[in-house]
Amino acid sequence: MGHDHAHDAHHHHGSEISPVEARVRALESLLAEKGYVDPAALDALVELYETKVGPHAGARVVARAWTDPAYRARLLSDATPAIAELDIGGRGGEHMVVVENTPETHNLVVCTLCSCYPWPVLGLPPVWYKAPPYRARAVIDPRGVLAEFGVTLPETTRITVWDSTAETRYMVLPMRPAETASFSEEALAALVTRDAMIGTGLPRGIPATPAEMPV
Amino acid sequence: MNGAQDLGGAHGFGPVAPEPDEPVFHAAWERRVFALAMAMGYTGAWNLDGSRANRESLPPAEYLGSSYYEIWLRALEKQVAGTGLATPSEIATGRSAEPAKPVARVLAREGLEALFRAGFPSSRAADAPARFAVGDRIVARNIHPTGHTRLPRYVRGKRGRIVRTDGVYVFPDTNAYRTGENPTWLYTVAFTAQELWGESGDPGGVVTVAAFEPYLDPA
Repeated sequence: MGHDHAHDAHHHHGSEISPVEARVRALESLLAEKGYVDPAALDALVELYETKVGPHAGARVVARAWTDPAYRARLLSDATPAIAELDIGGRGGEHMVVVENTPETHNLVVCTLCSCYPWPVLGLPPVWYKAPPYRARAVIDPRGVLAEFGVTLPETTRITVWDSTAETRYMVLPMRPAETASFSEEALAALVTRDAMIGTGLPRGIPATPAEMPV
Repeated sequence: MNGAQDLGGAHGFGPVAPEPDEPVFHAAWERRVFALAMAMGYTGAWNLDGSRANRESLPPAEYLGSSYYEIWLRALEKQVAGTGLATPSEIATGRSAEPAKPVARVLAREGLEALFRAGFPSSRAADAPARFAVGDRIVARNIHPTGHTRLPRYVRGKRGRIVRTDGVYVFPDTNAYRTGENPTWLYTVAFTAQELWGESGDPGGVVTVAAFEPYLDPA
């Protein structure tokens, strides 16, 4: 595949990196040289958001709400301190609101203006959440968007879309799947997907279309 | 501003494209842009609202033609130059040619996790009573500021109802330009889908936005 040749050619030009990579390296080295940033702190930030903060945290919150009615009540009335009870919170989740799915109402979260997303419970947002198709259509065609995620709700289920236009951050509390009465909190958490907490998905174990529902 | 960032209700962008097992970052440079933007924000040279204002003021073709972290990179370069922390030629070469400007603080590795775990709340104490209460009918003002605002175009001039009083928060429209935090009441306002989108609105559907008091008039 001409690897050696390509390799030599790159070395000839002194770089194997793309223009955007070169630009970012230049910016980082400049800002570090000026003393505005500490590269070790940058490494720690990346590690924190790449390996520690993620939707497993939100899943713990949901599982607790499914198993503890008093916790669920606290979560729905004042989410930030309720989430902090599980030692979860911080940047991008300072002002949390949790909205509950019911057979009558399904909730869907979007940020039409940028990419606001509840970091402490869900981690950094996926590309589709930040990209124009979702931001444009979630508010005008939520059922169409849900269909693209393979979710078809009963026509009698109304949809409420939460546009994250201020520092309030929303998380969906999905409905607990049937036949999970014997599940431990940990086993329940494993059913809770990231998309179920955005509202673009349902927990594992809930049929994604009415046709799949048992009669 | 009525910029490319204000996407609610736009047509033509095609289907949503979820990526199975998506990684947190798609390239090494995205990690660095993310961390650089966080760390530079921490210096106090600008604030989160200022960053948003910068990103959305990219020319529409540039905004829509860039990936998410490319938008962050372009806006970050603009902010660094715009605040005088470095010159455009230093940014181009990646080498410091002039003395550094003082910054309020520098993000350190030590204590970083606790700092981000504590967060940076934007709620403030109320210094005036709330003008609206839950249940009040409102109309979103038909305003078109050329600067930063968080009232999306698709609700302007539309009638809705207050469904929650969220408290008092930093007002992005002024905070973005460092002309004052102006703590302002924030409300969750619900609009019916048919009020927003007419006949094409999802029957029974509701869209809520978080709206600052100056965005609203009684209806």
